[in-house]
Amino acid sequence: MKIAITAVGPSEEDEMDQRFGRTKYFMIYDTEAGEYQSLSNSSAAAESQGAGIRTGELLSNNGVGALITGHVGPKAFSTLIAAKIKVFSGGKGKVSEIVSRYLAGELKETKGPDVNSHWT
Amino acid sequence: MKIAIASGKGGTGKTTVAVNLAAIAQLNGKRSVYVDCDVEEPNGHIFLKPEIDSQQTVTNPVPVIDDEKCDSCGECGKICHFNAIAVILDSVLVFPELCHGCGGCFHACPKGAITESPREVGKIEAGRSYQVEASGKEGIGFIHGILNLNEAMAVPVIRAVRKMIPESEWVVIDAPPGTSCSMVATVRDADYVLLVTEPTPFGLHDLELAYRTVRDLDITAGVVVNRAGTGDSGVGEFCAREGIEILAEIPESREIAEIYSRGSVIINEDEGFASIMAELMKKVEKRIMAEQR
Repeated sequence: MKIAITAVGPSEEDEMDQRFGRTKYFMIYDTEAGEYQSLSNSSAAAESQGAGIRTGELLSNNGVGALITGHVGPKAFSTLIAAKIKVFSGGKGKVSEIVSRYLAGELKETKGPDVNSHWT
Repeated sequence: MKIAIASGKGGTGKTTVAVNLAAIAQLNGKRSVYVDCDVEEPNGHIFLKPEIDSQQTVTNPVPVIDDEKCDSCGECGKICHFNAIAVILDSVLVFPELCHGCGGCFHACPKGAITESPREVGKIEAGRSYQVEASGKEGIGFIHGILNLNEAMAVPVIRAVRKMIPESEWVVIDAPPGTSCSMVATVRDADYVLLVTEPTPFGLHDLELAYRTVRDLDITAGVVVNRAGTGDSGVGEFCAREGIEILAEIPESREIAEIYSRGSVIINEDEGFASIMAELMKKVEKRIMAEQR
């Protein structure tokens, strides 16, 4: 399965980005291959509105099964549900550390949006 | 004649100028109309105290998907620049609060699976104001748009307000602050734009942005400096450099501020201010006639 982690830079040694829709990068970790690939989110992050929706779409198109990030708003969350992507709260730290915690089963699945819409 | 009052920066005195410019014209025998397009925070009514005689709601056509006809092809999501519609796997997600009502998705859908549904986003109230003594029986025409609470998109309401503007010899349109879509939608078919500013670095910064916007729209603009005598000389220097005419300077005055704070039309109570507005009206009229010649 492919796991996407929001990241402030294009490396697993970069910190996880707390934002979902406006993250510049994702690090995609393939659990079968045990390898990372970076994925730019610059186009969705530059949207004037609905960045979370567009970002969810990007993950769906890339066949991602799980997402690890900081915060997810309501519209992004509906998009992720439709895409059948599970969401995990990553806490803080480097991407590689957070993935290790995920693989050890230490991360909690998020069952709903944890921040408000930017529009309300 | 349509005169839009814009500013860039908020709180420079747009509404003060707009209300009093509409009032002075009425006092001078013109059939004057005041239009408030600052739909997120309309406040001209506080001063003009209009008697509202008509009301209508403004709706935005948002998409509704017929699941029977939809095959999740994704065309609707591709055409939507506002991310109001997204196709994820086999489901179509619609986010009505992001929809601008452009209708692109209805046309893009090859299956005819999308229909329009009206969604209320605001309302328009119209009536007449009898605050100016010599206004005769008619009063100043009054129209304002009100964006519903929690709505993000002001443009549909502004467009609906603009459609209601009657042909009249003197129409003053109060624009929202800033230089975004709402401001552009408000000023775009004006005959003249008055940019109200204050002589401060903030006022100048936003004046420059507003001026460039109006220039790109190919509308002639002049400047009104409010609270003249305070701040610095930056606005004056900018206008001289760019060849922008300063049509009026309203001095910093406690009396004007007090009348404003009571919610009154200032030309009724302050002669100095009334003569500045009368002068401004004549200048604007001349500039528009010169343009149209």
